[in-house]
Amino acid sequence: MSWLVFALVFWIGAWALNASLANSRWRGTIGVRVLIPVLFGVTLIVLWEGFVRGLGVSPVILPAPSTVAGTFAASTDILWEDFRQTVLKGALSGFVIGALAAFATAILIDRSAFLTRGLLPIGNFVAALPIIGIAPILVNWFGFDWQSKAAVVVVMVFFPILVNTVQGLRETDAMQRDLMRTYAAGYLDTLIKLRLPAALPFIFNGLKIATTLALIGAIVAEYFGSPTRGMGFRISTGVGSLSIDLVWAEIAVAAMAGTAFYGLVAWMERRVTFWHPSHRRN
Amino acid sequence: MRNILPILAVLAALAVLWYAAVAPMNIRGALDVADRGGAEVIPAEPRDRFEQSAWRLMMANPDHIALGYSLDRPRLPTPVQVADELWNTTGEMALRGRAMSKRSLIYHGWITLQSTLWGFALGTVLGMAGAIAIVYSRVVDMSLMPWAIISQTVPIVALAPMIIVLSSQVGIEGRGVPKAIISAYLCYFPVLVGMVKGLRSPGAAQLDLLRTYSASGVQAFLKLRLPASMPYLFTSLKIGIAAALVGTIVGELPTGAISGLGARILIGDQFGTPLAIWAALFAAAILAGILVTLLDLTQRIILRRMGMQA
Repeated sequence: MSWLVFALVFWIGAWALNASLANSRWRGTIGVRVLIPVLFGVTLIVLWEGFVRGLGVSPVILPAPSTVAGTFAASTDILWEDFRQTVLKGALSGFVIGALAAFATAILIDRSAFLTRGLLPIGNFVAALPIIGIAPILVNWFGFDWQSKAAVVVVMVFFPILVNTVQGLRETDAMQRDLMRTYAAGYLDTLIKLRLPAALPFIFNGLKIATTLALIGAIVAEYFGSPTRGMGFRISTGVGSLSIDLVWAEIAVAAMAGTAFYGLVAWMERRVTFWHPSHRRN
Repeated sequence: MRNILPILAVLAALAVLWYAAVAPMNIRGALDVADRGGAEVIPAEPRDRFEQSAWRLMMANPDHIALGYSLDRPRLPTPVQVADELWNTTGEMALRGRAMSKRSLIYHGWITLQSTLWGFALGTVLGMAGAIAIVYSRVVDMSLMPWAIISQTVPIVALAPMIIVLSSQVGIEGRGVPKAIISAYLCYFPVLVGMVKGLRSPGAAQLDLLRTYSASGVQAFLKLRLPASMPYLFTSLKIGIAAALVGTIVGELPTGAISGLGARILIGDQFGTPLAIWAALFAAAILAGILVTLLDLTQRIILRRMGMQA
């Protein structure tokens, strides 16, 4: 019971601290801007721990964060092996192949206004579909190892990146293109020096959407057959064999990998499109 | 409307590519069937065929390529086969008055649609409530917003089996609720982001004007912020319902569900009936198209009534 009380008191205290911080005169500083969400996250974990301990929830149903952390530390080699299989081999290679293919297709299609008008609505529609359902078909085609996972990821990331790139390539206005023409710039010069840079915010938007899709695709494809390693494999067998703490450790790895992947792309975006109004400091 | 012709052209090109791909994809299966039927096949031994590329097999057996277009269990079915299967499991069953039979995709689509709509409703309510809290409270804005973004970078499929385990332990029967939770998880974020943008869209001058009328906070919300957010809301709702459908199907795929479009895909995989998988996939696509189109129509009608052009 005392755990429960402690968790609730911690919650109220953290909330009061956050409220006073958010209304204090330091609210604009970076420290406070980071501290508030971190405190919020810590509160969630403390609440979780307090409820599990206070109410005596069985670890087979919901393990406490401390148990998960213990399992995480004890099985880093399994987690690393799964991480390599799923994230580095499956998701990352699929992401790179899919992004390059979408990019090349977008530049080819962009040369024909007719194709662009036909492909944009179709691409937008396909991007909204539950493409994840093709996972069993592709596992059937490409076998159980990481190649089939990469194939699922390729198909999943292709359309969002394609649609965003095609849209981005249309972003320049007639005035800017005319200026390039007065410089006697050819198609290639205009593409590299004007239209691709102008399309970058859109391309990165597509890449950011694709980071999450890549991980989802790689994990789901493993539910349909995989060698005896990989995060999806470990999660589906872990649920069956009641090693729920290991499943939560895998979820933690998946969450961290997803956030890091997204953060990496967002960081690259800031470095590459520093000139864009949304990244300028005023 | 001027896009119709290009869209049809692209679709036709895709169909041609698809038909062209069927031949190399299915040549092995076609040769196996022909071999079992007693026809002359080069090379005659299945083991030898296994080692040759699809292209060489096609060159060596030009007569059997056509067979690949009518296999029972093709690696890649033709569009016509998929359409046939789709019709057999929807329209024809409905005509025979068995639309809700367990073998009909209408029944499975209905199961998926229910979870999708519950998840969509839950996600929309959560997203709107979160947006209102974020717009009106600085603490919530600073603490919740970063986590809302992080929550979307977490691959939900990893969590899906746990959500199902948890909800069955808490005593919730069936798979409807966990599926709805998963789809709400995917659907709340676009609504949240769109509503925050929409609720903040009225300018300072407009808010000041309401203050000179001595309007209360509730009045400012109901008469200015909420109407101003409508175009943003509908744009996000369209993304949200597509995400909710993806969430429901993800919730059905890895969890051993027995009804729903995702379950059809799963069962088609386990029983080796590719046509069932393809039909379920296209049924899901059609469902997504219908849902988004319905929301689009609602958006046009409501925004026109409110005096905003969609």
